[in-house]
Amino acid sequence: MNAPMHPPEPLSREESATFDRATLDYIYRAAATGLYEIRGLGAKRRLPHLDDLSFLGASLSRYPLEGYREKCATRTLLGTRFAAKPLDLAIPVTIAGMSFGALSANVKEALGRAATAMGTSTTTGDGGMTAEERESSKTLVYQCLPSRYGFRPDDVRRADAIEIVIGQGAKPGGGGMLLGQKINPRVAKMRTLPEGVDQRSASRHPDWTGPDDLAIKIKELREITDWQKPIFVKVGATRVFNDVKLAVHSGADVVVVDGMQGGTAATQVAFLEHVGIPTLAAIRQAVDALEDLDMRGKVQLIVSGGIRTGADAAKALALGADAVSLGQGVLMALGCNHPTYRMGGRDVSAVADYHALGTAPGACHHCHTGRCPVGVTTQDPVLEQRLTPDVGARRVRNYLKTMVMELTMIARACGKSDVHHLEREDLVALSVEAAAMARLPLAGTSWVPGA
Amino acid sequence: MNFDLARQSVRELNAYLHANVVPHDPITVTSPNGAHNIAVGVNAPVSIEVAGHVGYYAGGMNQLASIDIHGNAGPGVAEGMCSGEVRVRGFASVAAGAAAHGGLLVIDGDASLRCGISMKGIDIVVGGSVGDYSAFMAQAGSLVVCGDAGDALGDSLYEAVIYVRGSVASLGADAQEQPLTDADVAHVGALLHRAGLGHDPRTFRRIASARTLYHWNADAEQEY
Repeated sequence: MNAPMHPPEPLSREESATFDRATLDYIYRAAATGLYEIRGLGAKRRLPHLDDLSFLGASLSRYPLEGYREKCATRTLLGTRFAAKPLDLAIPVTIAGMSFGALSANVKEALGRAATAMGTSTTTGDGGMTAEERESSKTLVYQCLPSRYGFRPDDVRRADAIEIVIGQGAKPGGGGMLLGQKINPRVAKMRTLPEGVDQRSASRHPDWTGPDDLAIKIKELREITDWQKPIFVKVGATRVFNDVKLAVHSGADVVVVDGMQGGTAATQVAFLEHVGIPTLAAIRQAVDALEDLDMRGKVQLIVSGGIRTGADAAKALALGADAVSLGQGVLMALGCNHPTYRMGGRDVSAVADYHALGTAPGACHHCHTGRCPVGVTTQDPVLEQRLTPDVGARRVRNYLKTMVMELTMIARACGKSDVHHLEREDLVALSVEAAAMARLPLAGTSWVPGA
Repeated sequence: MNFDLARQSVRELNAYLHANVVPHDPITVTSPNGAHNIAVGVNAPVSIEVAGHVGYYAGGMNQLASIDIHGNAGPGVAEGMCSGEVRVRGFASVAAGAAAHGGLLVIDGDASLRCGISMKGIDIVVGGSVGDYSAFMAQAGSLVVCGDAGDALGDSLYEAVIYVRGSVASLGADAQEQPLTDADVAHVGALLHRAGLGHDPRTFRRIASARTLYHWNADAEQEY
């Protein structure tokens, strides 16, 4: 009855919030190696996100459409401002630029086939256009990056749209990176690089500086393509309001805004976790810029950076985006971080290969090593066989189909017969941060921080 | 065939060059008046003479055509060129021959900053001098400079090679002077001959990559 309680943990074992275990590990590693950490994928720390929003489904004051029965349109036009041939997509979910080099040729083919089956577009990446992805993609967006690796006039003419990449959300202000393990003979030849070199792409375009020059560059590409193809401009999310306005002034048909949760094949962890702004904040700034210029609906907005679900897509559209673009999501649909891969009609464990990389399924970000246990982010001739185009295309198609069903389900629940009719009035914020960033009312209140 | 840009648009010129041009039928462009994007994306064996100064990106992404500019050129002349030849009879602004994959660019006068930046196989011959950061991140091809070179020449070079006849203000990161070989002399001699310049190729110095930046950290043995 009067037995003494166990004494509490001594204060001498108290862990520091500032120097927590992860920070200690970082310092020990830096001290031991003199190297910063490079990895793939995107920011891992918790950031304000679309999860912090919720829809106000129809009730007595709004009238819903019948789920799975009444029509809900998803058609999406991109590039209507100047291009003679805008992209006419069946859905507002596209596949983002990821390079052959970062991904295997099988994966690029799988993405093209899945996108084609769903009536949407896929995008090249740093390193040029492969024959496989052009052949498999009905609608292919060709990136013009600072490195200009593999950027050739024949492929400009073969493309359906051109995307001038200023930056990406994972590392705004930084160039691409592909470490030597992935620079095999084919990748090296496409990029005109020595085999095995640690490739660090330029962070600035070689032949223009600033928005006035960009306007002339865009006109050059329009001239080369005889004003047929839409020109996208992609920015990593930082000073989004200004950047979107400048992109519009420069003559972009479509602006792509890639938020901080966007992924990459490889970059420094300090870049991933500490540069840029969250996608949620970026969307609102981008839409504000278009509205300020009275260009909503004239210049289309694509949002990327941590878009995972149909709900994410619905929220981005309700905030004012015209489409979303997926990178990491489709990689995970292909099996990224899954404990098994499919071979010979059966599931084969990849756990030992994750362990060999020093990681585990669910925590892997070792895209930069080229040793992807499930064959997605590799150029290794053995590992890349772990994902065939047939399996990959089916999985990505299923994923996109699921997302679009969720998107239309939410739109119908909000009483919309077209997903592009979703609007800010359909949303509330679940946190003060999200309310401030998206300038939406905090749920259950009419309070918009800063309004 | 003549296009007078005082009366016709660059769009009309480029549309003709893309769709209607007759191979080997010469084209002249008069009154260019510094217009941008003259003769971009041409993909035909045709001679184009431009009588005057041009703005940005003249001859951009050229394939097969021979484009002769009787004047000065703005930024990015012959950027992205894959084949053919572009000649600038005057001076060239920044980023001449940027990221170009092939063909020959000849600049009779001086070229400004970043001449040959990110070049990927083009050969560039500059009769005069080049500005700072020329051949920055140059990957393949040759830059022949008959005059002097500015600061940070060949910074972060890959496999492109620079030949300079005059002085070099400074070399960029990872660029180093290397012995001129017989193959270099023959190569430079051939390029000078094509450019119509009579310099002795043995009077040029060879600048190429020391290849110390090819790997993130050589000591790490690719264990990142």
